[in-house]
Amino acid sequence: MNIPSDLRYCPSHEWLRLEGDIATVGISDHAQQELTDVVFVELPATGRAVDAGDPTAVVESVKAASDIYAPVGGEVVEVNPEVEADPSLVNTDPYGKGWIFKLRVKNAADAATLMDADAYQAHLS
Amino acid sequence: MSSELKHSPLEAAHLNLGARLVSFAGWNMPVQYTSIIDEHLAVRSKAGIFDISHMGQFFASGPGAETWLNRMFTNNLAKLTPGQGQYTLMLNENGGVIDDLIAYRTGESEYFLVVNASMIDEDFAWMTSHRDADASLRNESDLWAGMAVQGPLAREVFGRVFPADTLPPRNGIATTAGGGIVCRTGYTGEDGFEFFCPAADGGAWWQKFLTAGAAPCGLGARDTLRLEMGYPLNGNDLSPERTPVEAGLGFFCDLEKGDFIGREILARQKAEGPARKLTALQYTDKGPPPRAHYPVVSSDGRVIGELASGALSPSLMTGIGMAYLPAQYSKPGTELQIDVRSRLFPAKVVKKPFYKHSH
Repeated sequence: MNIPSDLRYCPSHEWLRLEGDIATVGISDHAQQELTDVVFVELPATGRAVDAGDPTAVVESVKAASDIYAPVGGEVVEVNPEVEADPSLVNTDPYGKGWIFKLRVKNAADAATLMDADAYQAHLS
Repeated sequence: MSSELKHSPLEAAHLNLGARLVSFAGWNMPVQYTSIIDEHLAVRSKAGIFDISHMGQFFASGPGAETWLNRMFTNNLAKLTPGQGQYTLMLNENGGVIDDLIAYRTGESEYFLVVNASMIDEDFAWMTSHRDADASLRNESDLWAGMAVQGPLAREVFGRVFPADTLPPRNGIATTAGGGIVCRTGYTGEDGFEFFCPAADGGAWWQKFLTAGAAPCGLGARDTLRLEMGYPLNGNDLSPERTPVEAGLGFFCDLEKGDFIGREILARQKAEGPARKLTALQYTDKGPPPRAHYPVVSSDGRVIGELASGALSPSLMTGIGMAYLPAQYSKPGTELQIDVRSRLFPAKVVKKPFYKHSH
């Protein structure tokens, strides 16, 4: 199980990478393994304002559709067109090419309240 | 729903293979081993093996068995000689489907019935309560393990495991070395067979089929494979409120054979044409996988039904589904829409099967 140490994690298995006030969001290696073959990603509209915990994207496997929640509040400033064209990137590169959307965060300090890699590892076990 | 899950005699083998197990029809069954899509494509291109131990096995016999079963089922058992089988349905008094099953004649007055896992108890109770005195019925569902080997290479797999036996012809049944039963049927649209053996022997036979080249496949792939063929799943596409005529299964209902439970309403629907029909829909563009209960919307924006089954077809890489729709919307080519989370995705009515064989 790959849990990069430079990311923050949610109990619902999203990861967040904060650079300045821009947070990149995707789903963890654990989540993609649980979902199995991702066949569809529904992306949010850019410009949309979200609160922490809002369903913001949908990732679908053959068997199920799963909501992806905003880890922190902010505005959607970019989405990843590559996962729309090739949803399997979420499986093959969940922390890289499989990112889903970027937020301009309202309050960068919110990210620090999320789990770090050790806490997420403990959450999974 | 009973809280106690039943366990397949092959469960240890599934766990060894790293399968993901889920509750299905009261059974703890493998939904997938590696990937639903890969397993699906293995069946279309080579050979896969499914655990079907959850399915029910009934044995009927007695001098009155044929007359009795012909009153219980829609298809005509008189057409079968020993060694032959047929798809058939068991209806309630309103013509609604209790279960769909395969009935085999194994002797002059002996029958082997394979029924759906979720319906074993209900089927047995219904059949027993309508039984004639000169016929008997045994439920041996707990005594048998079952596995379905499916795919263009299924024959080769059979030959490696049973070098001295030959596969029966399509829909046929035969016995094998080691006390097994083999039926030339399946639920995938591919050539293949179902194999039943005493439960305690199941694990050993399963391993032999794997060694002979069959890839383990879970219920996830079984569902997408059957849906690509337009085969109904009881509980989704069949229900006590829908008749086989509405489901497009009139071919398996012999209205000339004499009376059977539900016949009257089938005859009327066949004469008048059913008001609703189980209709096959396919996306005309990319979209999220269609799923059961998603609304189906007419081109002028009215909700006209909901999907009974839906999936992303791994062979066609597009969304497919079936829905009971008013007959005027069931013509191939009709343009409709599927409502996914309040967004409409264009679809059109197509002829079944969705997937046409290339081999």
